[in-house]
Amino acid sequence: MAELDTSGGGKHKGGKVRSKKASTRIDLTAMVDLAFLLITFFMLTTTLAKKKEMDLTMPDNSVQKSVLPVAATRSMTILLGSHNKIEWYMGEAGKTAPTVDNYGKDGLRKALVENSKNVEATHSGKDNFMIVLIKPSDKSTYENLVTTLDEMNIAGIKSYAIVKILPIEVGDLQKNNIY
Amino acid sequence: MPRVKVARKSTFIDMTAMCDVAFLLLTFFILTAKPRVDDPVKAEVPSSSNEKTVPEENLAMVTIGTVEGKSKILFSVTGSDIRKEALKAMGEKYKVSFTPEEQVKFANIESFGVPMANLKQYLALSEDEKKALPVQGIPVDTTSTSELANWIYTARQADKALYGKDLDLAIKGDKKEQYPAINEVITVFAKQQKFKFSLITDLKMSAKK
Repeated sequence: MAELDTSGGGKHKGGKVRSKKASTRIDLTAMVDLAFLLITFFMLTTTLAKKKEMDLTMPDNSVQKSVLPVAATRSMTILLGSHNKIEWYMGEAGKTAPTVDNYGKDGLRKALVENSKNVEATHSGKDNFMIVLIKPSDKSTYENLVTTLDEMNIAGIKSYAIVKILPIEVGDLQKNNIY
Repeated sequence: MPRVKVARKSTFIDMTAMCDVAFLLLTFFILTAKPRVDDPVKAEVPSSSNEKTVPEENLAMVTIGTVEGKSKILFSVTGSDIRKEALKAMGEKYKVSFTPEEQVKFANIESFGVPMANLKQYLALSEDEKKALPVQGIPVDTTSTSELANWIYTARQADKALYGKDLDLAIKGDKKEQYPAINEVITVFAKQQKFKFSLITDLKMSAKK
């Protein structure tokens, strides 16, 4: 046991032989051992990192709504290509040369922040924020899409949507070898 | 010279407090532990900086994973009673009748990826046989009458009937999944006028503003 016998013992020369009083202490060592073993087991098996979710709202394309035209210069289009590369351009397709970029701090995020600032500086009125169109190509992965949406949240883009890619844009991706 | 007597101390350590703490922690871990369910298809989710946690109830999740180069769709709904009702409705739709035992068995399966035609045989299998079976996936196309669309619809109806709520939808996709497979599921959602849904992600540790 965990206890050493320190009672001295054996001092009864003559006199009454007394029965030794049994200790009322219970040895808890084994119990604690077991408890910690189980704790370790449950600690290692529980998943502390819970999955997170990202809300996404798609535009309702079943009804044709009449909306006011938006200045093309306010829009930024991001084309998601293969090999973790993107292409972005401001305004209308084919009018401005697209920039090939990568995901990450110095690529997409920087472009988003800079373009957003530019748009706000060059447009007057209340609605002068930038509108971002995300166009995933068939060769882009789900991770690319989530990363892009995450960048929208990080850069604080107020208005963005996932839109179907146009053939001319696919051609452009092919030209840049990222399709 | 008198001998200096060293007072004899007991070597017994009082373990009551330690035992108390140990059991307190043990209770905590037992109560917070949730058995992890293995998905038949492994989907490694991408990471994002979002911090909203996935709701534990009232959620239908579509898992998209790749098995042998082909993307497979799995479907899961929280709540065994919703699963049971959805199965009944699906059975009526596809003219497959399920016995009460089969319904109970199905209600206990967290997520599944079996076409309706094979579901009856699938439910008869044991756990090990189910694991050994290659994942078939739920058939899907962009029409509003594909099996996945029907599953989502019946699950939503069941939730509405039982709890009066509309199910939240979520997509759990593998990182490397190509966009068309994701788009197909989004289209199915859109066909049911569900334009708001969530994407399941992991928390990215380093991405802070």
